[in-house]
Amino acid sequence: MKKWLIGLSVAAGLSACVTINIYFPAAAAEKAADKIIEEVWQLKDGETKSGAPTPESAPDPVPDAKPADAPAK
Amino acid sequence: MKNLLVGFVLLSSLLANNFVNAAEPNLDVNTPAIIAIKASMTARHSQLLPHYVSGAVGLTKDGFIAVKDATAVPLRERSGINSLVADENIDRAKLYKEIAAGNGHPEWQNDIQNTFAGRWIDKAQAGWHYQSGGAWVKK
Repeated sequence: MKKWLIGLSVAAGLSACVTINIYFPAAAAEKAADKIIEEVWQLKDGETKSGAPTPESAPDPVPDAKPADAPAK
Repeated sequence: MKNLLVGFVLLSSLLANNFVNAAEPNLDVNTPAIIAIKASMTARHSQLLPHYVSGAVGLTKDGFIAVKDATAVPLRERSGINSLVADENIDRAKLYKEIAAGNGHPEWQNDIQNTFAGRWIDKAQAGWHYQSGGAWVKK
């Protein structure tokens, strides 16, 4: 009886392993393919890659320069 | 008998864990090999692009490209187009292989290739040619 149960659990384990090995993540593969194709064909860069670091801290207000520049006429 | 039960519970929890891991797969496409292949293909694309547009080169149904109509290419470029297509196909084959191998499942190579085959065609621009059944179709 014990041997029979051990055999059963081993068989169950093996079949589960086979299932895992066969399993192909089709949705993940499509996502990966899309990502690579967009990169290689350089499609819609703006949409897929958001959050690109744009240096927006560059323009300084420089309030001191104003009075010197303004009365030019 | 108790030992056996404990063993069985352990085994099944282990299997459950495996299932959780298998249900949440994420294909890694940023191994060094894949990055190198992508760079090579991206660089080549600017040369291939006019040939896709002219119809000289089309997308095959198995995830590769082929010379469809060499007469669409000026005579002096015709020898170049064959090596361009050959190089691209070498890279594509490597890409499919590396994605499968890089994710620990070399046996997925064919599935990955088939997935790509559909996606290349899906993302092709209007006017490009692709293989459908035995014939070339203009998108």
